[in-house]
Amino acid sequence: MINFSVIDRDGTRKEVEVPEDINLNLMEVLKASEYNILATCGGMALCATCRVEVESGLEQLQPAGDQELDMLDMLPDAATESRLACQLRVNQQLEGIVIRISGDLA
Amino acid sequence: MNNNIIHTDLCIIGAGPVGLFAVFEAGLLKMRCHLVDVLPQVGGQLSEIYPHKPIYDIPGYPEIKAQELIDNLMEQIKPFDPGFTLGERVEALEKKPEGGFSVNTADGTQIHCKAVVIAGGLGCFEPRKPEVENLAQFEGRGVSYWVKDPETYRDKKVVLAGGGDSALDWTIFLANVADEVTLVHRGDTFRGAPDSAEKVFKLAEMGKINLILSSHLTKVEGKQWLQQVQLLNKAKEQIVLDAEYLIPLFGLSPKLGPIADWGLNIDKSAISVDTEAFGTNVDGIYAIGDINTYPGKLKLILSGFHEAALMAQSAFKHVFPDQKLTFKYTTVYGVNSF
Repeated sequence: MINFSVIDRDGTRKEVEVPEDINLNLMEVLKASEYNILATCGGMALCATCRVEVESGLEQLQPAGDQELDMLDMLPDAATESRLACQLRVNQQLEGIVIRISGDLA
Repeated sequence: MNNNIIHTDLCIIGAGPVGLFAVFEAGLLKMRCHLVDVLPQVGGQLSEIYPHKPIYDIPGYPEIKAQELIDNLMEQIKPFDPGFTLGERVEALEKKPEGGFSVNTADGTQIHCKAVVIAGGLGCFEPRKPEVENLAQFEGRGVSYWVKDPETYRDKKVVLAGGGDSALDWTIFLANVADEVTLVHRGDTFRGAPDSAEKVFKLAEMGKINLILSSHLTKVEGKQWLQQVQLLNKAKEQIVLDAEYLIPLFGLSPKLGPIADWGLNIDKSAISVDTEAFGTNVDGIYAIGDINTYPGKLKLILSGFHEAALMAQSAFKHVFPDQKLTFKYTTVYGVNSF
């Protein structure tokens, strides 16, 4: 199992546990876990509504690809710890990390 | 502005794959269609964003490139001779007193129809606006989210904000046009476009532009017109810049746009529909494809195709209120053009 922590917009922190062979991206797992995320573009790194801030464990994640970097660079308020959940595969790299949901809701 | 008035049975807003296939399903039932799309070409995101990407879940095609699917759909709907208004954004939807609707574009085209089918996909791509005090107040009075005519900025004091390609490219371009160009970027590197970034750093070294990194916009001020832009840097120090123009370039984000104001039930930026006809809460307005939502919704092209078929069966009663609909297979009756 893979375990990581999610801090919702209201500050509530929950542990999420998913099977290793789930073969989804983080956006899909967050949506399936009933977190309020628009994910308008469905995972194509176009809308950034699935943006998360990685509060701990940023260094263990695969670096952002060109498409994700382009989008993050463009956002008015993205920080170095910002990532797009749709571009993060759910696998061992997420073990123990802490993320905070920050994507726009409109 | 033009004063073009078009008469049709169904006005389909959005010429992506689902909007195109709706023409086919409507055509089988003898309903004429007119499509309108803000993009200059048909195909929606398939043609605009990923024309060369393969799609693997279209029934009957183990693999098909996005643009090929659009080309095939255009071929498939040819017998039904749909009309197209491309490159125009739908602004308003009016219910006509005598029944039916008028779909109006920003360029003045009116499409008079008996039913409306919203197949708008992700919606309209609109500029992403940063959270800056007073920003909306100065829109059109010094603040704009794109560069329409670079000459506007000749010999002016211009502040650009953003770290993407367009912020870098316009900074480079305007360096030779404006009196003073300042680029503000929240980060301290530009990760996306190394060539343009290098040019911007060079221009800053040469003193041709001001480059302010690790800072973000906080407030704009002025009287009738923009006069000042305020920033906050990493050390939380305030920076005040004199500016006649501010161009925040933070890319585009998909929004429902004017559709959100048409009195339709909206759930999380999608239009709520029933699953019998994919009708909205307004009789005669349907929503199909990625723009709608219902329990179990899957944002798949094939789901949109299914929705188009059921929509057409229901829209029939708006177009031919006195006729009884009988379901016919194309294998038996073929595809009869108009």
